[in-house]
Amino acid sequence: MAAKDLEIDTSTLVKKPKKTLQHTHDNLLRKIAIPTIYCPGCGIGTTINAFLEAITKYTIVPHDNILVVSGIGCSGRASGYVNLDGFHALHGRAIPFASGVEIARPKMKPVIISGDGDLFSIGLGHLAHAARRNIDMTVICVNNAIYGLTGGQDAPTTPVGAKSRTTPYGKISFPFNLSHVAIANGATFCARYTVYEFIQLAKAIGRGMTHQGFSFIEVISNCHVNFGRRNNLGDSIAMRKMFKKVRVPMKEEDIGLDIRKTDIKYEVGKGFTRIPTGIFLNERDKPEEFSERIIDAYEFNK
Amino acid sequence: MVVDRQPKVMTGTYFKNGNWGIVEGAIASGIAEFFAYPISPASEVVEYISIRLPAVGGKAAFIVEDEIASINMCIGASWAGSKVMTTTSGPGFSLKQEGIGLAFMSETPMVIVNVQRGGPATGLPTFSAQGDYMQVQFGTHGDYSAIALTPWTVQECFDLTIKAFNISEQLRTPVILLADGEVSRMMEEITIPEEKEIEVLHRKTPPKGTDKSNFNQFDARNEPDLVPPMAHYGDGYKIFGTGLTHKISGVPHLDEDLHIKLMGRLFKKIEINKHLYPEPEYHFVDDAEVVIVATGIVARSAMEAILEAREKGIKAGLMRLITVWPFPEEAVEKLAQKAKLIVAEMSMGQLIWPVERFARKKCKLVTRIGGTPPTPKKILEAIEEEAK
Amino acid sequence: MEVHQHPEKKHYIVTDETRCKGCGLCIEFCPKNCLGFSDVLNEKGWRVSKMHRMKDCIKCYMCERMCPDFAIFVDESDVPKKK
Repeated sequence: MAAKDLEIDTSTLVKKPKKTLQHTHDNLLRKIAIPTIYCPGCGIGTTINAFLEAITKYTIVPHDNILVVSGIGCSGRASGYVNLDGFHALHGRAIPFASGVEIARPKMKPVIISGDGDLFSIGLGHLAHAARRNIDMTVICVNNAIYGLTGGQDAPTTPVGAKSRTTPYGKISFPFNLSHVAIANGATFCARYTVYEFIQLAKAIGRGMTHQGFSFIEVISNCHVNFGRRNNLGDSIAMRKMFKKVRVPMKEEDIGLDIRKTDIKYEVGKGFTRIPTGIFLNERDKPEEFSERIIDAYEFNK
Repeated sequence: MVVDRQPKVMTGTYFKNGNWGIVEGAIASGIAEFFAYPISPASEVVEYISIRLPAVGGKAAFIVEDEIASINMCIGASWAGSKVMTTTSGPGFSLKQEGIGLAFMSETPMVIVNVQRGGPATGLPTFSAQGDYMQVQFGTHGDYSAIALTPWTVQECFDLTIKAFNISEQLRTPVILLADGEVSRMMEEITIPEEKEIEVLHRKTPPKGTDKSNFNQFDARNEPDLVPPMAHYGDGYKIFGTGLTHKISGVPHLDEDLHIKLMGRLFKKIEINKHLYPEPEYHFVDDAEVVIVATGIVARSAMEAILEAREKGIKAGLMRLITVWPFPEEAVEKLAQKAKLIVAEMSMGQLIWPVERFARKKCKLVTRIGGTPPTPKKILEAIEEEAK
Repeated sequence: MEVHQHPEKKHYIVTDETRCKGCGLCIEFCPKNCLGFSDVLNEKGWRVSKMHRMKDCIKCYMCERMCPDFAIFVDESDVPKKK
């Protein structure tokens, strides 16, 4: 039974609360920037919420040492909404900026919240090299399979057959499996969750931040305005229900070396049919992270 | 890896090239990180600083994946509180342009060394040229005010690198050292003074006792020089930087009035601190009828021509620009009133544009491209022609 | 800000109509169907989320976690501590 069919119970309303109540993460938000620019129901807001949940509950990194960097795009605005050290870098250049900070001040823990277009299209070269160097940073990639901010052009993650503004007859080229790319380049922690799995996502972000080295977290998000609408996937509610239905929890042992098992499947007309989620890689005998290697690299001849 | 410790300032007299001077200048200024991509004729800087930087106790110098990464890493390291430098040559400088715009907008102190080479595109590697004067000022999109210094000797490569670091730290803006391939690879005598004789300046940081919860990274309302104090990452100020038009707190706000105010301050900051930039250098101009305007290696060629002209009885002089941008408008205007100007350069004619504009008359252009500066003979011919 | 307190569990559910954009995620994913849309529009013109039946609330935090705009949250400051 839908809620609207029942009458509204106003007996529990507190007209004058004894104290001002505020959101759990309100002191971590830059209030002058709220409300966000995002469309109603956007998954990026949920990702920011999960990130704030992660830094308050699931990691021990002090808040003064966290640096939030983002590139350009809808998710690029994320760093501006969080009341921590932050930078809104150039398109695709969030990772070099964060690398510079990490090398200059190894105590900092850069967290990059950016989109699939920013990190995997224009900024792919930088991501590959940061993963190769194993720089101590956490990359949260909000993958909504489209260029949202510019109005819905096809991204390197748009599935084959999906319609977008620039692929009106269906996308021709193959999409990236982002986790595959990150692991292949040397990421030592890799996870993927949809925005529906809030707690798992927050825990994975927390684990990724505690992990020393390059950690990559892919968030499958809903861009119902530019991707869902053109592919008949419905609004944000319908897309999140789809994520709930098609997600396939996987463990590191299930995948092994065959990272192809983590491929996302998409069917024209039906939408996503399989989204493997979970922690795909957590390298325990990992190599040292980069800034530690620099510190240990040279000793002076006496 | 075991390293022999070396002194920070290599006091003494040496016979070295310009790239060596640039590295020593950077080390003496206290550079902490260095990110670059190898490109000739600037690769020697990268090679030599890789030996020097770990040996003075700094972090290693890094070769990064590309030119764009190098400038963005420099911006990051500068926001974390380090003095940083990157070196490049023409093509790499073109790639860095967006990052230079970001450094200007986000008020990031850093030094960019551009050892000019023949262009456009891959052009004439690795021959010398002076074709980046206009790119320095007008290369990045939108409004931008550049500071660019040009050395003409190996000694000046050292001195001006320190000067560039000091200006960038004082004004919170990127400063470009515009060497040319000839000066950077030429060997000559260079004297490095004692450490205490070298003036090294550091950026303004928020005074002690500043309220950390309510700090504005771009607040210059109480600063007479319009340069806001710079807080660094990890100190608890919760600073935010962006390339978008921003309020004094750094939060983006897209508004016409705010943009006018912000750009006005960024331009005015460069303008009102003119006393910091080196003045043009004059040789024999007091009684000169013909004055050559030149920079870098071409000024050396012009100097030779002027000495020959003086022997022949022609009153010639030299005005060597050290600060190319902001352009020394008043100096050129004043000189143009009493003498004829000849512009000598190693491009199809770039420096002549601002010179003619501020001289308010047509000036003669002596140019030679293809890797060699105009010869003294050619400049002398031009002087003789003008002196008639 | 509209504050509702559970009569027995004593926790609050707060909806902030200045932040809400009316996407309906909290309403859809509430397992107890406690929430619904408001009859009046907020100043931006959205029909915002509103607590309809607080008595059914089980404090599962689903609404707070689903909300992309930090507009709905649970407050447990007045919940009596378990012995």
